[in-house]
Amino acid sequence: MAKVVVLGAGISGHTAVSYLSKYLKKDHEVVMVSPNSNYQWVPSNIWVGVGLMTPDQVKFKLAPVYKKMGVNYKQALAVSIHPEGDTEQKQGFVTIKYVSEDKKDTIEKVSYDYLINATGPKLNFEGTEGLGPKYFTESVCTYDHASHAWTKLKSALEKMENGEKQTFLIGTGHPLATCQGAAFEYVLNIAFEIKKRKLLHLAEMIWITNEYELGDFGMGGAYIKRNGYVTPTKIFAESILKEYGIRWIKRAGVQKIEKGVAYFENLEGEHKTVNFDFAMLIPGFAGAGMKAFNKNNEDISAEVFAANGMMKVDADYTPKPYEEWKAEDWPLTYQSVKYDNVYAAGIAFAPPHGMSKPMQSPNGTKIFPTPPRTGMPSGVIGKIVAQNIIHTIKTGKIEHKHKASMASMGAACIVSAGYGISKGQAAVMTVNPIVPDWEKYPKWGRNINDTVGVVGTAGHWMKLFMHYMFIYKAKAKPFWWLIPE
Amino acid sequence: MKNSIKKTTPYSDMSFATEPTRMVRFMRSFFIFQIYNFFKLNLKVMRIVVGGHS
Repeated sequence: MAKVVVLGAGISGHTAVSYLSKYLKKDHEVVMVSPNSNYQWVPSNIWVGVGLMTPDQVKFKLAPVYKKMGVNYKQALAVSIHPEGDTEQKQGFVTIKYVSEDKKDTIEKVSYDYLINATGPKLNFEGTEGLGPKYFTESVCTYDHASHAWTKLKSALEKMENGEKQTFLIGTGHPLATCQGAAFEYVLNIAFEIKKRKLLHLAEMIWITNEYELGDFGMGGAYIKRNGYVTPTKIFAESILKEYGIRWIKRAGVQKIEKGVAYFENLEGEHKTVNFDFAMLIPGFAGAGMKAFNKNNEDISAEVFAANGMMKVDADYTPKPYEEWKAEDWPLTYQSVKYDNVYAAGIAFAPPHGMSKPMQSPNGTKIFPTPPRTGMPSGVIGKIVAQNIIHTIKTGKIEHKHKASMASMGAACIVSAGYGISKGQAAVMTVNPIVPDWEKYPKWGRNINDTVGVVGTAGHWMKLFMHYMFIYKAKAKPFWWLIPE
Repeated sequence: MKNSIKKTTPYSDMSFATEPTRMVRFMRSFFIFQIYNFFKLNLKVMRIVVGGHS
């Protein structure tokens, strides 16, 4: 009997555990370790942040779902991994610390035959002074944060209804932040809600970003074939912001926040400020902060994890200039660089390099987006890692029949731009592959026929459809496996 | 959004951005066209997702 332990119940970890339990549960043990008691469908947090959904609509309890799946669920935080065991046991194990009420702060060693690290990102608010819901800005990264953001936004809208002008600052809150898409959605939804309330004349809306040009979205931008032209996503993104009356500050690395003021440095090395009444700024991401130890209890974290705390996998981590980046640098199987029975899925794996060109100011401040790994690639990676482990358990051979490089995988991003069955809007963007492959596609970096950028109500319907479809799937309801990642 | 015209200052970043015409904005909410787009885009997304991994 094999034992597979999955760390993290986000999109990638939950997808992995769903497939593992479906194919292994009768003869093997599947364990989920997650500090969260709820699963959340992160893409819909945007709607929580503008008061159009409640947190209960985007989350559900994990325990009953895992009971149904036959998964051994431990509500705990993974503290360290010991792939070689220790002086007491030879088998690899994970040290976990319970957060559930009944076992709070209890430490346990959970042994494994196979380990999937899908711990996701640590929201590194500490990386920018004054950033985050505890201080002066909001976030939509979790349903709690989004709910808090809505409380603050509602207050700002009430002030506007009383004739008071308000400035909204939305974007990235760290010079190396990623996930521009989520912030972009939020600023468009705020603009849509302000317009719906006929308060546009009292609103100043500003998009602040670390992108070199708008529409970069951390993936080096893309090209879209439309209306007889191939245009960069810069045109697409600027056009939407202009249409919604949002001005922008680009090439900006936010370095400090005080009450009502954001301090930033731009790529020209100038230090500037921008005032706000309401701000939602995405923090930088880091690894979950786990440590790794060998059998002699020596810290081997630097061998297992990259400097940002994300796990090193089958990628080419050789430092090289942007011009030498290649599609094959990106991992195929997500197997740990050091241990064959350890994998990292979703945001937990360390990318070999960015997709956006690294830039820095004359003062040496690096200002550019780090690579995003949104729900779709995270789900696909979780699935293929699970499939490979299932294959290995059933055949005894590590063959990695399933592969999913972000340099050959496509992705769709649906950027909500307003809610409503008849008037709702969203920008549907697809790219294939996610990581540009300039050797295979020398002119545009990607398959131009697969790249789409379309705005319309259909996009809103798609986002709503995906909300209900993926929550259905995550709850492991009948025939859930027929829904693709 | 109509206010964008008021907010455009010559030689500002925004002044160099494109803006959709009334026809484009109409088509973005035109039910029949959007139904067509809904199925077309879903098909495209499905094809890209399924074809992206082995």
